[in-house]
Order: sequence, then structure tokens, then C-alpha cells
Amino acid sequence: MLDFRLDEEQQMLVSAISRFASEKVRKVYRDAEEDGVIPAEVVQAGWEIGVLPTAIPEAYGGFGEYSAVTGVLAAEEFAWGDLAISLNIMVPNLVAIPLMLAGTDEQKETYLPGFCDERLPKMTAALTEPKIQFDPHHLETTAVSDGDDYILNGSKVYVPLAGNAELILVYANENGRTQGFFVPADSAGLTISGRDKLMGIKALPTYKVALKDVRVPAANKLGGPDGCNFQAILNHSRVALGAAAVGVARAGYEYAREYAKQRVQFGEPIAHRQSIAFMLADMATDIDSARLLVWEAAWLLDNGKDATREITVMKNYVDQLVVDVTDRAVQALGGYGYIREYPVELWLRNARGFATFDGLSMI
Amino acid sequence: MIDFTIPDFINNQQQLIKMVAEQAMRPFSRQLDEHEHERPNVFVDMTWPFTQEMMKRGLKSVEKSLNGNGNGSSAPKKERSGPDYSTLALIFMIEQLSWGDAGQYLCLPHPMLGGAAVQSAGTPEQQVRFLKRFTEGKPKWGAMAITEPGAGSDNSSMRTTAVLDESTNEWILNGEKIFITSGKLALEESDGICVVWATVDPKAGRAGIKSFVVEGHTPGVNIAKQEHKLGIRASDTVALHFDNVRVPYDNLLGSAEVAQKVSSKGFQGAMKTFDSSRPAVAASAVGIARAALEFTIETLKKEGIVLDYTKPKHALTAVERDIMEMEARYKSAWLLTLRATAQMAHGESNRLEASMCKYRAGEAVTWITQKAVELLGPLGYSRDMLAEKWMRDAKINDIYEGTKQINQLIVARSILGYGRRELK
Repeated sequence: MLDFRLDEEQQMLVSAISRFASEKVRKVYRDAEEDGVIPAEVVQAGWEIGVLPTAIPEAYGGFGEYSAVTGVLAAEEFAWGDLAISLNIMVPNLVAIPLMLAGTDEQKETYLPGFCDERLPKMTAALTEPKIQFDPHHLETTAVSDGDDYILNGSKVYVPLAGNAELILVYANENGRTQGFFVPADSAGLTISGRDKLMGIKALPTYKVALKDVRVPAANKLGGPDGCNFQAILNHSRVALGAAAVGVARAGYEYAREYAKQRVQFGEPIAHRQSIAFMLADMATDIDSARLLVWEAAWLLDNGKDATREITVMKNYVDQLVVDVTDRAVQALGGYGYIREYPVELWLRNARGFATFDGLSMI
Repeated sequence: MIDFTIPDFINNQQQLIKMVAEQAMRPFSRQLDEHEHERPNVFVDMTWPFTQEMMKRGLKSVEKSLNGNGNGSSAPKKERSGPDYSTLALIFMIEQLSWGDAGQYLCLPHPMLGGAAVQSAGTPEQQVRFLKRFTEGKPKWGAMAITEPGAGSDNSSMRTTAVLDESTNEWILNGEKIFITSGKLALEESDGICVVWATVDPKAGRAGIKSFVVEGHTPGVNIAKQEHKLGIRASDTVALHFDNVRVPYDNLLGSAEVAQKVSSKGFQGAMKTFDSSRPAVAASAVGIARAALEFTIETLKKEGIVLDYTKPKHALTAVERDIMEMEARYKSAWLLTLRATAQMAHGESNRLEASMCKYRAGEAVTWITQKAVELLGPLGYSRDMLAEKWMRDAKINDIYEGTKQINQLIVARSILGYGRRELK
């Protein structure tokens, strides 16, 4: 039966993240952005909420079951606090979720318990490549079978936390299909160089990664000899990104709304004017629309549906919507919106990233 | 728990209604559009038994409660253990019928808005008295008369009066109402009902406004004009003159408390109708949007253009981008509508969400149908096909049951915590 209400467990999770976001993240996010460093204790506190371990089956040391719906609820709330910090906390998902979706039993046994650790696991993924017309289904990084091994060649960008990683899930083109390979970060031929300089999410360190004749055992291929359904992995990543976009949009909208109620011009708050009030009404409606599209897509995934169509439609729509909403938030603040003392310019810069992250399994 | 499962019985219902839409609506769409004010007889005959069944089911529990406590004047008791599925079923039905033809849908022999008003503001006794007729006999219609020439969105400034004649215990209605959907069907062509809003005290503003049921063929009701419209031409839209129209005292909707002169209960009760009628309008908008979207996609397919949802955004053609945006706007409008409906079904307040879905759906269908006409090129603009008709039909959803702007105002006040004083 149609129902749009969170259950009790989901409510508890969301309020725990909401508390973390407003009490911890919102205290440090601006300095983190300006300095390019996220305080380790904040990441640790976010990790300790335990969203990922509750999604990992008990057999592998977790205490739960993976649900895309719960995942999107968490992602929106984290991203409301700050996108860079939330991405940092969720980087391990880049490896854990593909494992749960496509990993062989052996791969799950090897890697999944590591995600139930008290510290943030040092695992990340590399998908995006440095080209204008990037297409995750037609990667330039190649994987060629050679006896009992695979040989990987190519270059990647936007690999989050790579500088500190022990294991990287590298996506590469194997005979026209995108497949994942577990590559130890200290493999011969793998070089991590130069932190990316981005327009937004500056607090999150992401890196360029080059692979030159990197050799991994065939057993390191995600899903074993048959490989993985890459579109399914992409779909799961995209609903989470869509939810994060909703969180960023909501941050901008809520700030603009409260500002408009405080800011007095011509003797009364600017929110008393229809031009501002109607803009806020539109922003609120946009956000609800986007959230419902995300929820439905996540629910379809939880019910074993392919949902590629719904997710593509949702993602393209939400990518633009989050820019539009945060842009209007900047506009509502007038001159102050452009000043870095206020948060809205940061959210606009972060919002613009979503269209670029499309295909990047950032979450 | 977040759940998008549609109950099986609704899926079955939708299949049946789709058949009605394909067989009794679509084949007559063009004919009825070009011959305005012609009654869609095939559709009426085919759907009347369906309405009777639905109304019988709906009235069963009301009648039971009446027999149970024998007290007809108390407010309807809502002792449901689970969600109200009939609300949900109705919204799905409206969507599918509007997919068939939005103009004909409005001619559904059904109490429609008048029924919604009776259900939300009437006592159980009144519900039985006014709605029982929809379970028997010849087809009947319901209507609602709010708008006046000088009172559109500002419906608290209405001038139609209701004066109590204490000698006969009747209300005497005088005034003029305009834009009454199915007014002719309800009052002249059948023994239907029309809920009329009028003031018992013009100086009291909102507090004086009450709603009254006027039954079909009541003397003094004149149809002053039948409008010619941009779209939904199968549906009759009339102006009504009330010239000393007498209705029994008990035709005032609501309890004795509502009848007391200075109380805004009546107005609030009437406004409450919007909480259910706005999702209904949104559902109709969404149905037209889906018709236009599906037709566009099918036509493109026949031309060999098949959409690929795995391509990255930069590789999409302009047409593919447009279609995907149409899909997103259609789907989000539908989900907003379902959310407002689910709240209703769960007995929760949905004022904000009802306005939100109504204004967003009206906006979406207007844009989607215009886009369909554009994408279909010479086929879209041609009266040989229905796309141009859907575009004209669609626009009404941006206007009635509160214009887009009025609903935006309601949303804005709600999110800002403002009243009429802060935000005009």
C-alpha cells in the first residue's frame, strides 16, 4: 500500500544523522572547505553512526541488510550537513555496495568484514577518466586477460581518498564491457599523483591515478569470471547521488527561507513579498518532487527491479534541479549570497558537481 | 514505511477503466471536441453502472453508522482501522479516465465535487439523503458552485445570499454563480445535486459563508449561459442564476453548529473540500500528461527513434533530453499527487501537499502537452491527431480549483508559517 512515511528505524537513523550534521558538520564545514582538510574526528563521528555496517549482513560481521531506500534517506541527511564531509564518510560504500551486489562469496568474505571496522576502511574506487565526453560504459582504461592475471592500463581522476587508500576498485574496459578490479594501492605500475583541484567539495581530497601495466590476479575481478552487471552498480550509486543532491538543495532552500524571514527591507521581511515567497514555494516543491523521484527509484531497486530508465530520468532531472534551487538561494540573499561568509555560494558550487559526478561512483 | 506498492484491486480497476477509455472515450474525443456541448452518451452509459457500484460501497458504512447510533446529526464517525482505499481508488480512476479524455471525464455521471463537499462537510444523514440517488435509476451528476463574477480566487467576497424563511423553515437563495462544471447536467438534465456556497450574513465575511445543496429541477434555478471554451469542450460549464430558490433547512451542509450565523466552521468545512478536490484535479492533469507523453514516445518509435536510457547526458539528442524531462515532470507530479492522496487515505492533514501537487501538476501538464505538440511537428499541430486537443484540455488544470498562483500562495504561507496578514 502506498505510503510515504518513514518507519521507526528510519526515523531514528535520520534523526541521528541530522544531529550529527547540525551539531558537528555545520560547525566545521566552511573551514574544511577553505583549508582543504576535513577534521578526522568529524569523519570518525560520522562513520560511527554506522550506516554502512547496518547494511552489511550478519554473516560478514555487520548487523543488517542492505536497503537502497534507507541508503537514500541517510545520504540526503548527511549531504544536508555538507557534501564534501558526507562523501568522505561514504567513500567506503564505493566498494562495499558493489561487493554486496556483485561480489563472489570469496570476495565478500575477504573484504566485507573490513567495513564493519571501528575506523573508516581505507578502500576507494576509480571510475572517472579525464576526458570531456566521459561515458562510464565506454572506458578508455583497459583490462586485458593474461594467463591467471589481468593487466590494467589507463588513467583516472576524482578518486576520493586515494592518497590514503590501501585498496582501489578500478573500473576498466574488458572487451567492451565495464568491469571492476580490486587493485592494491601499492601495486607496481600504479601511481597516485596530484590532488584534483575542483570547483566545489574542496575539503574532500580526490586524486589522479595512473595505471601502467598493473597486474592483478584474475580472482580480483569483481563477481569472478562472469564479472558484474555494471549498470546495476551505477544505478545504486546514482540514487544515492540523487539523494545527496536533494540534501544540498534542501540546505540552500532552508537557509534562504530563514534569511528571507529575517531580512527587513522597506520596513518588513522580504519574505512578505510574493516574488520571494513564491520563489521559496517553488524551491520547496522542487525539492519534494526530486525526493519522491529518488525514493521511488530506490524502492524499485529494493524490489529487485532494473529501474535504469527511472534512475536516468531522475538523475538528469535532479542534477539540474539542485543547481536551480541553490542558485535561487544565492539570489534570495542578494549581495550576501555572493560572500563567502555565507554558506549559499558553497552550496551552489557543490550543486554544480552532481552533473559531473554522473557516472562517478562517488557514493 | 515508504512503499510504492499499488494494491492489486486498483491495478485491476485500472485495466477495466483503460478499456473504457479506449473504447468509449478516445474514439469520440475529436467529435466531441468539434461539437461543443454534445453529451458523451457512450461514455455516460458505460460508466453509470460503475458509479452506482462505487457509491453503494461508499454509502454502506455511512448507512451502517446511521442505523447503529440512530443519531443523524452528529459528525460522521471515522472508525477506520486501516487506510481509506476508496480515496486512492478514485484518484487512480480520475488519472486513467483523463488519460482517455479529460473533457469526457468531467461528464462522468458521478457526484464529483458536489459529492466531495457532501462527504467532507455533511452529516451521515445528509450523505445518505444526497448521495443515495447515485446508486439507482437514471444517470445523475453532481456539481459545485463557488465562483461569482466578482469573486474568483477571493471567494470570501461572494454575494450570493441565503436567507432563512422561518415560516416555512426554508433557505431562499439569490445570486449569480459562474464557471460551474456540469451545472447543466446536474440541475437541468438529471436529478443531480449542486453544492452552492452562499452567505447568510454579507457583513460577516468568511464567517457568514455556508454551503447548501440544491437538487436538480429546483424552481428558480436558471442556466444563464453555457460557456465556449479553449478545451475540455465535452464538459458543460455554465453560469447559474438563483432567483428565490427555496431549499429545505436541512440542505445546509453540516451540523447545527455550522448553521449558527457567526462561525467560520461552514467556510472551513467548504475549504476542506479543496484538500480532496485538488489532488483530484492534479490526477486529471497527470492523466493528460501521460497520454501526451506516451503518444509522443510511440510516434517517435514508429519513426525509428528509440530512446536509450543508458547513454550519458552529453550523448543525448535534444529530443531525448526533452522526453526525459517530460518523464521526470510527469512522474514527480504524479508522486506529489499520490503523496497528498495517501495522507488523505491515512487520515492526515494534507492542505500544503494538496496545493503543492495541484499547482505542480497543472504546471507540468501545461508544459508537457505543449512540448508534445512541438516535438510532433506538423502531426502535433494537426487536428487529425489529439495532441493539440490535449494541450488545450491541459490548460484548465492550471486554472480551476484554485489557480496556480493561489495554490503557490497557500504553499508559500504554509512553509513560511505566515497568514493572510504577512503574505497577501
